[in-house]
Amino acid sequence: MIEVKKLVKRFGLKSILRGLDFSVQPGEFVALLGPNGAGKTTFLRILATLSRPSLGHVQVAGHTLPQQAAQVRAKLGVVSHMPLLYPDLTAEENIRFYGRMYGIADMEARVTEVLEMVGLDNRRRDLVRTFSRGMQQRLAIGRAVVHDPEVMLFDEPYTGLDQDASEMLDDVLRSVAAKGRTVVMTSHDLARAEDLATRFDILSRGVIAASAKHADLKNSNLLAFYKKSLEA
Amino acid sequence: MKTAAPSFIKATMAIVQKDLAAELRSRELLSAMLVFSMLVILIFNFALELEIDVRQKVAAGVLWTTFAFAGTLGLNRSMAVEKDRGCMDGLLLAPVDRSAIFFGKAISNLAFMLIVEAIVLPLYAVLYNEFRIFQLGFLGVILLGSIGYIAVGTLLSAMSVQTRTRDVLLPILLFPVAVPVLLASVKASGGMLAGAEFAEILTPLNLLIVYDVIFIAIAFMVFDFVVEE
Repeated sequence: MIEVKKLVKRFGLKSILRGLDFSVQPGEFVALLGPNGAGKTTFLRILATLSRPSLGHVQVAGHTLPQQAAQVRAKLGVVSHMPLLYPDLTAEENIRFYGRMYGIADMEARVTEVLEMVGLDNRRRDLVRTFSRGMQQRLAIGRAVVHDPEVMLFDEPYTGLDQDASEMLDDVLRSVAAKGRTVVMTSHDLARAEDLATRFDILSRGVIAASAKHADLKNSNLLAFYKKSLEA
Repeated sequence: MKTAAPSFIKATMAIVQKDLAAELRSRELLSAMLVFSMLVILIFNFALELEIDVRQKVAAGVLWTTFAFAGTLGLNRSMAVEKDRGCMDGLLLAPVDRSAIFFGKAISNLAFMLIVEAIVLPLYAVLYNEFRIFQLGFLGVILLGSIGYIAVGTLLSAMSVQTRTRDVLLPILLFPVAVPVLLASVKASGGMLAGAEFAEILTPLNLLIVYDVIFIAIAFMVFDFVVEE
């Protein structure tokens, strides 16, 4: 579903990604872990078509980037630590607007379906600026799945959420992944990543330093694997 | 579930409707532009308390100075709303031609500017005792000038909003580039107020139309590169 070979991204003279190789099979839930400044967000922005690769081959959902970016965008849902929502519109107006941008045919039914999925149907006519951070993040996931994407990218979705809101987000993320979608998530929350993901890739100094499937961790926990990968 | 990439016009209209709905609710942008415009008009009214003929000569300049500064406020605010909460990324992630985003933002910015102008012009007429501004030709020049200013302003605000000094940077970038549009607008509207022959104002009017077309075409071609990292 995602195929990346020898990806390089430079900002001026500074190289952020240095020949990164990465691949994700359909239906996999990959947690992309790494220290601050490792290039996780830059990498996700390239996959999301928001940034152009300097060098290398990137293919998402069968389409090559950046040449076929529009086709990729139609199959992609992105959630970042910012909600990408308009505070002066209601929850349903936000979902309807993004639905129009994706050309959804049966709009009203889809808006209701999405709001029910993220548990905000009873607040559909409330302005987003009155929502808590957790509710905004749930609505952000609703916005990202409005067009039923094949691939989901989550960039630090737990940033700024309290414990209750994080648990609610866990449930929403599970329901998103349960529909067979391919998911790539960056996070600093190792416990949550361990709970949700089927594979863990450690991004360090612009390359994937280590990769392990959930089953392969066996007795070793994710924290030990993470520390060992960064020390290597 | 059925989805199909929306047409250029549908995507553009979705953005315009979204901007108008959000602004009708918050009124942040319009109120800032309006208050600023009225203050400028009032300040000029007291500052230029001179002979009637001098006032008439500077009338067009006063109006366009007011619109240009108020327009900058609106352009900055309109793009900042998209940037501050990451909504610009949300727009860029949609499977639409990115120039549809430009046209959507430009049309809503133009609507805000025209609303402000529609309120400021009567006030100006009363304060300056200048009721010739309501002639159709003058209003046409206002429309043409606003289109050119907003076209280049929307493009440059998409660039400047990505910097930390966006509030300062936009006027610094915009005013030198918009000089041809502003000069042609002042010349054409000044000529109309002075009751000049149509042949006399034809040159600035033609210039205005040409600059409008050039600015819209350039923005259409380069917007994709401006918003992409």
